[in-house]
Amino acid sequence: MKITLDEVRYISELANLRLSDEDLQKYAAEMEEILTYVAKLDELDTSNVEPMAQVLYPGPADATLRDDEPRPSFDRELALKAAPMHGSGHFKVPKVIER
Amino acid sequence: MSIDAYRSLTIDGIHAGLRERRFSAKELTQEALRISEAENEQYGAFLHFSPEKALAAAETVDAGIAAGKPLGPLGGVPVAVKDVIMTEGQRTTCASKLLEHYEAPYSATAVTRLEAAGGVIIGKTNCDEFAMGSSNENSAFYPVRNPVAPDRVPGGSSGGSAAAVAGGYVPVSLGSDTGGSIRQPASFCGVVGVMPTYGRVSRYGLVAFASSLDHIGPFSRSVKDSATLLKVIAGRDLADSTSADAPVPDYAAELGAKVKGLRIGVPKEHLGGGLDAAVGAQVQSGLDVLKKLGCDVKEISLPHTEYAVAAYYLICTAEASSNLARYDGVRYTFRSKNSETLSDMYRNTRGEGFGKEVTRRIILGTYVLSAGYYDAYYLKAQKVRSLIAADFSKAFEEVDAIIGPVSPFPAFKLGEKAQDPLEMYLSDIYTITASLAGIPGISVPCGKSPDGLPIGMQILCNHFEESRMLQLAHAFEQAGGFEVS
Repeated sequence: MKITLDEVRYISELANLRLSDEDLQKYAAEMEEILTYVAKLDELDTSNVEPMAQVLYPGPADATLRDDEPRPSFDRELALKAAPMHGSGHFKVPKVIER
Repeated sequence: MSIDAYRSLTIDGIHAGLRERRFSAKELTQEALRISEAENEQYGAFLHFSPEKALAAAETVDAGIAAGKPLGPLGGVPVAVKDVIMTEGQRTTCASKLLEHYEAPYSATAVTRLEAAGGVIIGKTNCDEFAMGSSNENSAFYPVRNPVAPDRVPGGSSGGSAAAVAGGYVPVSLGSDTGGSIRQPASFCGVVGVMPTYGRVSRYGLVAFASSLDHIGPFSRSVKDSATLLKVIAGRDLADSTSADAPVPDYAAELGAKVKGLRIGVPKEHLGGGLDAAVGAQVQSGLDVLKKLGCDVKEISLPHTEYAVAAYYLICTAEASSNLARYDGVRYTFRSKNSETLSDMYRNTRGEGFGKEVTRRIILGTYVLSAGYYDAYYLKAQKVRSLIAADFSKAFEEVDAIIGPVSPFPAFKLGEKAQDPLEMYLSDIYTITASLAGIPGISVPCGKSPDGLPIGMQILCNHFEESRMLQLAHAFEQAGGFEVS
């Protein structure tokens, strides 16, 4: 499984990670090694196997649902407290649209 | 009180001392803080301490004792909590530069329950960044040293929580386990570590790494103390829809049950190639202890074991890449200073904030979920996960518990394996299968290697059979199994 610098750069962009070419080169090599290893899963015929996304237990279908009653939600000021920039009850981010 | 006495105290010992007024909860907390802080430069088990809050909690316990109120199950007990678990008003850094200054706006349910039971949290423990790693060397701040052998790692990712108990700073601590992050450090440090059944303990307030695999669980020096802590934190929580609505037994009260006649399966795949000879020998000695107790030990097979590491690292990285998308520079303290535009802010914040292992996993996870690769990797891994879970269901038709090693080798030296991520991943082989199946597991001390390094034995039981698992572990401890040679 060959992973090129361009591929790993594309993936890092999808993941919103700005990395140096030197780092990308290293991650490409490591990914190649890991993906070569995980290819061993292809030895298994899974055509009749259901995927397991979550551990499930027997129980009623709505076992995980609480009653639909209004209750206080998380305090806005508390939620904003950790923001690097906020104002007027909102999170603030750099300019999105050029004038 | 003398330091030696403190370092080996159990919850029962603390409660006896408090009732007999040999010490107060405040004195106990002061002692815990004093020795933990004094030795932190050397061992690095803690990332930060909370003396004011701890002393206030201890004074509340003392006032209760003075007023003749009964002690809670953890009344006055000093506790350490892994820094991926939220503690209201205190920093919760996940050992990441990105969250270095983040203060939790609420407490995890496990923390709220622990405090309601009288537990006194003295500080937050070091770990691998966002719980990703097997050696604690991925902490953005400093590594943890193994209290038993300071040139060695304590294991990971909950290395600080294991070291805090092994070093005698606290009798119990909380960690998190996604692929072995409680059990493996417990084995490296020679303490007890429990991964409960998936859904047994609410993850509300546990910073998410891989949501279909994350668990909170206890560390302790005795099985009974883990049983006590587990009962406190277990049970349904409306804030976590994955928490199970199953009754919580009084694990500590049930410990005395006879283990005679229990059927124990030893997977041949857990004693094969790659296993250190000393670890194999100690686990055999451990099994002999259980045979003497009347357990019926036989070989079994978990045929898909060799595929577990591959399936696990596809699933956990995929889930991590999604969970860690929230660190975007908008909400959680750190924003790159080089952020003229929104897109720059995202990219630079994440590029500068995450450490190498976290970045590696986000890249791998993003890749396996990306268009054209989803079926080949993520979906395939989920199907293999079904096969691994089915191996266990089948095995539990014939046996009551499954026993083997926790890690292929004892604690290794700092830096020894840091350069090869795949080699580090492969060392998780024995713990990962249970994580994928969602069954509970415990690591108990099982003697030492010829070099004096602790070795752990893993006991796995079926979903929600923690009580039986703890009974076996307790019987093993009572029979001298922890020091078996």
